[in-house]
Amino acid sequence: MELYEIVTYFVLLLLLSTALRVVTTTNVIHAAVSLVFTLALTAVLFLLLSAEFVALVLILVYIGAVIVLFLFGIMITRAPLGKNAELDNDKNKKAGAVIAFSIFLLFSYILINGFSGEIAIDQATSTQLLGEILLTRFVFPFEIVSFVLLAALIGGITLARKDEALIDEDQI
Amino acid sequence: MIVQPVLIIAAALFSLGIYGILVRRNAVMVLLSIELILNSVNINFVLFDAMLADTMMNGQIFSIFIITIAAAEVGIGLAIVLMLFRNRQTANIDEFDLMKW
Amino acid sequence: MVIDKVNLLAESKITYGDGGVLAEYAWILVVLPFISALLITFTGKKLPYKGAEIALATIGSIFVYSTALLYQHITEGIVNEFFVGVGSIGSFDIEFGWVVDGLSIMMYFVVGTVALLVFIYATNYMKGEIRYTFFFTSLTLFAGSMLVLVSSPTLIQILIGWELVGVCSYLLIGHYWEIKENSSAAMKAFITNKIADIGLMIGIIILALNTGTLRISEILYQSTHDYEAIKNVAFLAGVLLFIGAMGKSAQFPLHVWLPDAMAGPTPVSALMHAATMVTAGVYLLARMFPFYEGIAHEALEIVMLFGVITLIAAGLIAIVQDDLKKVLAYSTVSQLGYMIAAIGSGAYTAALFHLWTHAFFKALLFLGAGSVIHAVHTNSMLEMGGLRKFMPRTFTTFIIGTVALAGLPPFAGFFSKDEILASLNHEGETTFLIISIIGAFVTAFYMTRAVALTFLGEYRGHGHPHESDKMMTVPLMFLSVFAIGAGWVNIPGIYTGFTTWVTTRANAIIEHHPESFDYAALFSGLAAGLIGISLGYFIYQIQASAENGDKAIKVEPIWTVLENKYYLDNFYFKYLINPTKSTISNAIDRFNTNVIDRIINSFGIVASFLGQIVYNNFDQKGIDRLLNASSTGTDNLGGKVKLLQTGKTQQYIMLFLAGVVTISLLILFII
Repeated sequence: MELYEIVTYFVLLLLLSTALRVVTTTNVIHAAVSLVFTLALTAVLFLLLSAEFVALVLILVYIGAVIVLFLFGIMITRAPLGKNAELDNDKNKKAGAVIAFSIFLLFSYILINGFSGEIAIDQATSTQLLGEILLTRFVFPFEIVSFVLLAALIGGITLARKDEALIDEDQI
Repeated sequence: MIVQPVLIIAAALFSLGIYGILVRRNAVMVLLSIELILNSVNINFVLFDAMLADTMMNGQIFSIFIITIAAAEVGIGLAIVLMLFRNRQTANIDEFDLMKW
Repeated sequence: MVIDKVNLLAESKITYGDGGVLAEYAWILVVLPFISALLITFTGKKLPYKGAEIALATIGSIFVYSTALLYQHITEGIVNEFFVGVGSIGSFDIEFGWVVDGLSIMMYFVVGTVALLVFIYATNYMKGEIRYTFFFTSLTLFAGSMLVLVSSPTLIQILIGWELVGVCSYLLIGHYWEIKENSSAAMKAFITNKIADIGLMIGIIILALNTGTLRISEILYQSTHDYEAIKNVAFLAGVLLFIGAMGKSAQFPLHVWLPDAMAGPTPVSALMHAATMVTAGVYLLARMFPFYEGIAHEALEIVMLFGVITLIAAGLIAIVQDDLKKVLAYSTVSQLGYMIAAIGSGAYTAALFHLWTHAFFKALLFLGAGSVIHAVHTNSMLEMGGLRKFMPRTFTTFIIGTVALAGLPPFAGFFSKDEILASLNHEGETTFLIISIIGAFVTAFYMTRAVALTFLGEYRGHGHPHESDKMMTVPLMFLSVFAIGAGWVNIPGIYTGFTTWVTTRANAIIEHHPESFDYAALFSGLAAGLIGISLGYFIYQIQASAENGDKAIKVEPIWTVLENKYYLDNFYFKYLINPTKSTISNAIDRFNTNVIDRIINSFGIVASFLGQIVYNNFDQKGIDRLLNASSTGTDNLGGKVKLLQTGKTQQYIMLFLAGVVTISLLILFII
């Protein structure tokens, strides 16, 4: 086994454990932080897969903005800090586990049957090339996505505004 | 190196995310789990891109889009959770069951 | 089989024609009354005269037609018969039709004339009575039925006409059926006739089977030409046919219905029980005369015997009657006895001649009696008397009728009765001759008694009698003309037109035709009549008052026997009717109520029981439950399914994912 493979397996293992932590811990903050670690490990994995730009975008956007947003959300919704046994819906645990496990089996079966091969990329991704493709081939989705961001922005502000002048939400 | 382990882990992440959606009581935790799912999809895309050594780099570009959309979605999602919290003073999604029989 | 008409009649040297158009259309005579009966039934009540005008028009046209036929017959002679086949039973062809020959034409004329006068009389007599329209329907139906009978060329049609007149007689006698007596009298007439009809039917069957045909002319041909088959059964058939005639023509002992039939309205008595229906028996014997004369000669002896018994027995009863109509009824029975005795002695023409004259003067007497009864509102002669002052025209015509009946010249009865006596003398039947002469005496006696009690002396009743309306007295006058002149058509030695008329038929009549008056018979008959009238007048008018006259001649045991009609009715009740009633009728009645009714009821009961079962089990428990179950089931199911909608997002996602997994597994591994 090469070093590459060992590192990859290690990263995958850690990925799994942190993701597990995200969904099973009873501490809200611990869950959010575990997600940070998951995302970071994902970025490392991307680096291993020679997708540098995506890894960096992940770190910037996801960890930098989204998780912060989450923490703000946790704070504003007064989520009970510290270990809180009420975080999990006990009724759903069994059924959820069964369903999740069956989905796992299903997906792995499909993926393993469908795809086989080796990682063929051997050089770093050219960011310049990525940018060119993004703005020539994918310019249309690019613009649309910017619209989506605009809509999300406006929508987020409107929804979360605590304005007395806003009497009726329907007037928006 | 072979791709199978990565695929399996991606599937595992996906199912963990599903588990999280089904099990978590707090609305923000549910959104967290959704992030996990989106993340696993990202892994898959990038892996396929690496596997195929795609000259167009479709996988990675798509992954960028997914990240973008995920960010927008989280923004909106949290705004909604905020509004719900303002109405009911709780983020427990079990409390929001008005659309029942 | 060809009937050689020409040769047969050449034997008797009578000429004839085929009747031409009149004979061809003679079926109108038969069919018209039935059509008008229908018309009267459906439209009678709305007409101004309540249907009487249709009846009068019908009978008037029948009268005119029959007169025309008679005229043509007198001048030319008609012998013809027409057949209409309606089917066949086995080897027998059922045919109806009409005969136009001497005998039938004479009967048509009698029916037409007497019926017309009676109808005119009845329009006034029955005015204001109940069921006026139905009365005329029945009368018209009766006229039609009688014409069916006398025009029939086949035994089947005779039987049908026979039964039809029986039915009409029932309807008319029982016209006032609200009174039990009247409906009982109608029933008595019908049943007595029905018992006699058994003989008629068996006789017809025997004749038909042995000759292979139902046509009368063919049967008569076979009789006169010595066919083997018919020879063996001739006597039996002859006697059986006579039994049928006994019922209709009221011969002893089947005469018991005729006096009781006086319960019907008087026009009915005049038409049916004097002139037409009761002569059906005589007509039958006359029609079958070649059969009797040819091979059933022994049967004629029996016929004569019964005729003579009847004439004397009925005559004696008539003396003791206090009811005017009953006197006339027994008189009719007695005169029918004369006719039957005449046929029995082989005097075809004499019998028919007496039928002819008797129809007129008996109808006259009955209508006169009706006029009297209408005026004094009672039938009993004990409450009448002295009516000659109040009802002169009725009185005159009644006297004419009486004298005609008693047999004094030049009235009609003289000639006909004389011919009968002459024929009896000619045959050498001395005993019967003497009895008949005594019968003539008795006839004159009781008629004089009746006249004395009714018209002479002083009025014993309490009403205010007055002469009847013109519509009633004018027919009386017409009939009295006939009563006087009807006898002049057959005077032996001078003019025997009647003989020619009635013997002009397809099968020759072999009988003795007197060349001149038989003086022995003539004088004895005349003497008997005169003595009867004078004795009657003496006892009932001169010696004592009318009602006391009875006392003079009352010979006690005999009087009681006569008053009780020889205890014949009691005999019938005790030995025939009551045993049948108590045993057979009761048994049948009980069978009917207990068995048949129960069976029918049980159908209903079973049906309703099954219905209950079906209703309770299938409908209530089964189907209703099923329907209820479906609705409650749906309700329950809905109630359970709605619980899925908890409003909890996680549950929805769970279900959704479970479905995804399932379908994916399905697609991957199974499909």
